[in-house]
Amino acid sequence: MEVTFRIRRQNPEIPGKDKPHWEEFVLKEIDPTDRLLEMLHRIKWEQDGTLTLRRSCAHGVCGSDAMRINGVNALACKVLMQDVGNKVTIEPILGLPVVKDLVVDMEPFFDHYKTVMPFFINDTPLPADGRERLQTQEDRERFDDTTKCILCACCTTSCPSFWANGKYVGPAAIVQAHRFIFDTRDQAAQDRLNILSEPNGVWRCRTVYNCTPSCPRDIQVTRAIGEVKLAIRKGSPEGIIKVTEIVERVVNS
Amino acid sequence: MKIHKHEVIIVGAGGAGLMAALYASRGGADVAVVSKLYPTRSHTGAAQGGIGAALGNLDEDKPLYHAYDTVKGGDYLADQHAAKVLAEGAVEAVIELEHMGLPFDRTSEGRISQRRFGGHTRNFGEQLVRRACHAADRTGHMILQTLYQNCIKQNVNFFDEFQVVDVLMNKGVCVGVVAIELGSGEFHIFHGKATFFASGGWGRCWSVTSNAHSMTGDGAAAVLRRGVPLQDMEFFQFHPTGIYKMGILITEGVRGEGGVLLNNKGERFMETYAPNAKDLASRDVVSRAIYDEVKKGNGIKGKDYVYLDVRPETVNRYFAEEGREDRIDASYVEKKLPDILDFCRTYLGVDPVKEPMPIQPTAHYAMGGIPTNTKAQVVTDENWTVLPGMYAAGEVACVSVHGANRLGTNSLVDLIVFGRIGGIQVAQDVKQLGWTDLPADAGKEVEAEFERIRNSKGKTKPYELRNAMQKMMMDNVGVYRTEETMTEAVDGLDALRHSFVTDIKIDDKGHKFNTDIIEAWELGALLDLATVTAISARNRKESRGAHSRDDFAKRNDAEWLVHTLIYQEGDLQKPAYRINTEKKVDLSLAAEDARFAPKERVY
Repeated sequence: MEVTFRIRRQNPEIPGKDKPHWEEFVLKEIDPTDRLLEMLHRIKWEQDGTLTLRRSCAHGVCGSDAMRINGVNALACKVLMQDVGNKVTIEPILGLPVVKDLVVDMEPFFDHYKTVMPFFINDTPLPADGRERLQTQEDRERFDDTTKCILCACCTTSCPSFWANGKYVGPAAIVQAHRFIFDTRDQAAQDRLNILSEPNGVWRCRTVYNCTPSCPRDIQVTRAIGEVKLAIRKGSPEGIIKVTEIVERVVNS
Repeated sequence: MKIHKHEVIIVGAGGAGLMAALYASRGGADVAVVSKLYPTRSHTGAAQGGIGAALGNLDEDKPLYHAYDTVKGGDYLADQHAAKVLAEGAVEAVIELEHMGLPFDRTSEGRISQRRFGGHTRNFGEQLVRRACHAADRTGHMILQTLYQNCIKQNVNFFDEFQVVDVLMNKGVCVGVVAIELGSGEFHIFHGKATFFASGGWGRCWSVTSNAHSMTGDGAAAVLRRGVPLQDMEFFQFHPTGIYKMGILITEGVRGEGGVLLNNKGERFMETYAPNAKDLASRDVVSRAIYDEVKKGNGIKGKDYVYLDVRPETVNRYFAEEGREDRIDASYVEKKLPDILDFCRTYLGVDPVKEPMPIQPTAHYAMGGIPTNTKAQVVTDENWTVLPGMYAAGEVACVSVHGANRLGTNSLVDLIVFGRIGGIQVAQDVKQLGWTDLPADAGKEVEAEFERIRNSKGKTKPYELRNAMQKMMMDNVGVYRTEETMTEAVDGLDALRHSFVTDIKIDDKGHKFNTDIIEAWELGALLDLATVTAISARNRKESRGAHSRDDFAKRNDAEWLVHTLIYQEGDLQKPAYRINTEKKVDLSLAAEDARFAPKERVY
């Protein structure tokens, strides 16, 4: 198949190209199962070496190549050509300053991440037998979904609340906080709930739901945010049943 | 050039670099981590199946058994004292990871869950053992995240997207590195009392690889160019199960959960090649078996791939044949191998619960690298002479615990154990070490090389040379090799290097985030590493582990129970190479226990 790529470009070092603008490239001999990332490589290698993007693992686990593809955030390495049509629009993710072409400044994103205490805290004595802390399979399962986050920023930069207010910590930071708040081994849930109850915490979320479909790891992002909201309302993560279970109850009733 | 001064400079922010950073920092050292990627993008995050440690949570197990499997898996080229440190250190290190918050899967008793993995056995090969501690099939992701989280907690200094391009030596001491800040294109000098390489492997030398695009061996190439040898470069592991054509890794954990390899006749062919361990024999054994099946015309549809089948009905049939009581169902596969299912559904449109996966061997892991002792200090000759100020751990290093073939899970074990030991060691060492001055003109040479690339006026784009190199290595220095193929590679690589020096073409002349130039520079690193791999391989006239020669098909312990050290000398653009094979393999466990003595390797 033949596909036209319409790419949003910006090169701060070239006069006339230093403002955002569109450029088009055409590629032939594309297989439907080719990855979009490989097509961007073909453009860069065969046609225009100045095209700039981040990428590393090329199979959806490192989180480098988040971009806006036909208006929806995704990792370029997880999008197949058969799913984008014969004219595809590619832009940098929104809400973060553009450095060059598809590369944005990730520092504000990681700064938000660092504000939610994204690390394990348990100051009680370690098990006397020198072995691991115990955790039941059910307790481990409780936060499994949010352990999958790879910090690609697809969710945060798809969120209208984040676009409107860059001080909002954003979905990814809340997902990371959720992973610890609902880990029975961790002891700082209350601190994280306090942080996230501040004006730029979870209440900026208006459940627009853009985040969940954009997650390349299929994390139920909006649900995780909802669970954190519930925990703040109740004053503790204890006793917060999964939002999925609430949904099931409603559906079953 | 801006100069940054920190006691310990860590190059790379994958598992080994972060572990070293954490422990050096806890030990009181002023640490800076310099990484070309944001730490969580590192390739440790792609590790899937598990990390081996003889916790004995599900089966009786001992570190000594793990050490034995490591030595045997390495086809007796591993240094045995190092294998012992690895296996003993694994238990403590894995427990520490759990204490740092790593969310391992759990057993019904609430302990860390463990699964079977290739080559891991109980009681000196008696029976497969559940040793691989895991978090679904994303164990590496969890390790990387947990270590990064703990480094944030510890306030470690990070220089993200700073790519190290040269090593600074002065008066025989390593005094730091030169790095290019990707965002600005500016060069920075990192001046340290100690420099710790944890910069990963170079799987991008081959065309079919499980490795990330960024696995270009920058760190290894940089030290090689400054006179430090690389060890055992001929041993590069081909993982048996990469997704056909794409090379994306399908974890050995699939076979650990009961998955089997099938040829075009539906035969479970590993029963022939490894009657006991079958599909869970060592990776080199399984990769060769797949090549042999393809050569016999048993590839699927006559092509160069076979099937990996983890459909519950297939797995359960073989479980029943083997007299096993346990059975699996679709939801179990979904639970244990979620990412694998996602890869196959996304990229192949194949649902592994309902269909077998098309797989072929994929270039995966460098057993060789910068030689170190068991304290992660870099050594430069057969007498284990320490190079002051330089340390290495992880895939870039060669301790050597993996010998001629690494066991599954042992890469993560290596990162954690030697990252930890190295971090503790370097924090102690910098208390004693003074500052050595930077060399005159520090950074000028590599800056000039970047300008040469930027201003090159040739006709060939770097990607064309890279493609040619990758095909050259795949065809000639792959799973099977001969004198002729390796000579073809050495000569071909030389011609490619000539083009790289005289005839490349760069589109992007800018400085900010110029990945066009960076990719060209990385190609230079890959060419150096491919060349030393081919030369080291041609020099070793035997077959051992991942180095299989048709013309020297047998292992030869009488002459080749030695490590290969290769040194680069002379002009950087037209280098010469010197090989030293005087460094003997450590057989200290065999001296105490005959079961560790080299013998024929049967699975």
